[in-house]
Amino acid sequence: MATTLRKPPVADPATAGGSRPRTGARRYWHLYAAISPFYLLFLCFGLIPVGFSLYVSLHRWDGLGSMEWAGLSQYQYLLGDSDFWTAVGNTIVIWALATFPMIFLAMVTAVMLNSAVRLKNLYRFAYFLPNVTSVVAIAIIFGSVFSTNFGLVNALLQAVGLDQVAWLNTPWGIKIAVATLMTWQWTGYNAIIFLAGLQTIPGELYEAARMDGAGPVQTFFRITLPMMRPVLLFVLVVSTVTGLQSFSEPQVLLQTTSNDSTFAGGPGHAGQTMVLYFFQQTFDNNDFGYGAAVAWGVFLVVVLFSIINWRLVQRRGED
Amino acid sequence: MTSIKGTRRKGVALHAVLLVGLLLSAFPFYWAVIMSTHTSSEIFTYPPNLLPGSHFLENLRGLFDAVDFFGSMGNSLLVAGSVTFLVLLFDSLAAFVFAKFDFPGKRVLFALLMLIFMVPAQLAAIPQFVIMAKLGWIGSMTSLIVPAAANAFGIFWMRQYMTGAIHDELLDASRIDGAHFLRQYWHVALPVVRPGLAFLGIFTFMGQWNDYAWPLIALTNPDNVTLQVALSQLNGTHGTTDYGMVMTGALLALIPLLLVFAIGARQIIGDLAKGAIK
Repeated sequence: MATTLRKPPVADPATAGGSRPRTGARRYWHLYAAISPFYLLFLCFGLIPVGFSLYVSLHRWDGLGSMEWAGLSQYQYLLGDSDFWTAVGNTIVIWALATFPMIFLAMVTAVMLNSAVRLKNLYRFAYFLPNVTSVVAIAIIFGSVFSTNFGLVNALLQAVGLDQVAWLNTPWGIKIAVATLMTWQWTGYNAIIFLAGLQTIPGELYEAARMDGAGPVQTFFRITLPMMRPVLLFVLVVSTVTGLQSFSEPQVLLQTTSNDSTFAGGPGHAGQTMVLYFFQQTFDNNDFGYGAAVAWGVFLVVVLFSIINWRLVQRRGED
Repeated sequence: MTSIKGTRRKGVALHAVLLVGLLLSAFPFYWAVIMSTHTSSEIFTYPPNLLPGSHFLENLRGLFDAVDFFGSMGNSLLVAGSVTFLVLLFDSLAAFVFAKFDFPGKRVLFALLMLIFMVPAQLAAIPQFVIMAKLGWIGSMTSLIVPAAANAFGIFWMRQYMTGAIHDELLDASRIDGAHFLRQYWHVALPVVRPGLAFLGIFTFMGQWNDYAWPLIALTNPDNVTLQVALSQLNGTHGTTDYGMVMTGALLALIPLLLVFAIGARQIIGDLAKGAIK
């Protein structure tokens, strides 16, 4: 009927069904109707909320009473709020502790998987498994692995004669535990993505390198790594955007050792990420105005950090 | 001769390393099995028990006494099931339109879609909460289902899939036969994109099943929550006393997901990776 296909149709689309020529909204209404659910939902639960959150951040508001104009004072306070900057620091440290080992291990795994022909499907399945499991259940399990009194990690330390560590109670222990959980959950996922990237590299390139007498290390740095740059960039950006907004991992892992708020991120707020701080300010303190300002602060940090990462990887590519 | 031996040795070493990785991936699941089959006092022993114990049923009974496990699992199934159904319907419809038809404003609308991709959840969280409270949805599963009923990722992904999978000749033919838009969608488009729908469905279901941050805020009635929130409550109240029981909960919560993954693994792994290298 009144549809225009990409390829020019045989008959004029407007008259094809024998119907009168139509124009504009009447002609296309069914197409707009078909895409409307998403845009309506987005309007109600995306665009309006984001705009409204900017408005809220310019006010003092507990979510129930009346809003009180505050101008930019919430943002002013944010700039000098040492708790927020501690959270920014925690987030970046945890992100780095998780991401660099993860990308390295994922790359190594992918290269090995690419050469191991047998059992490839079994490995892919097993390595992907951590990523599909719920963070809550996994964080509970990791909580027991890192437990001070009966945790497996401390049992191993004891077995080799080292001192035990109160993992979920000390600043670095907390960060390492959270980062380990993230590394465990994402290494296999990224290895599968790297593997897919490796498989697009034409075999002739390796053939030519071997003829020129290049060793495996040289081949990796001269052929594999440059060819993998786009995939590496994708993985890095996704890890940055998701890693800097981590919430569930530290929240569940540290809820039993946090004493002032379930969003505190452990003793001394050592595992409190930016998003945890946002939740604490908003839903524990009911400070919706400041919470909204924190949310925008988090957004800016994530955007800035992603741009920096992007540039670093790109520039290294030009050298 | 030596080179063949060398390659074989290399192959063995390779598999040994990969096997270590496999064991590391699988170990937390095994550890959960061990913990959930022991009593708390058994867990406290040194050296730790590395083999399953015999107290699983006891822990299971404790779990069912402590939380409404099946109630919250039912809620999770309701949410994940409804969202998956709605996402498949709305996303595939929109994707079909974007992949195969032209209309005024198409490019702008599609660009907007990509932009929406990047809006972080917490920016919208406060107003969303306020809107839901006004609508009276806070505390009910509606607050989880409605905002998730269509998403930018699914539309974008299905569009890529449909552009290649549905041939224009088929649409031309059906249009000449007098099929209108919904008939084309149902009889021409859907049958050929079934594998794509399977991927999106499994992916959506798992994402919803695992969703935690928003349900934690929106489900204000502690007796009527999804499984992830119930697990977190369980860990918060019993996490420092009854380890075996809490671990039993974590283990049981993983099972439905592992089943879904086992069924769709090949597709999920292949399609996700393909999407990333595009």
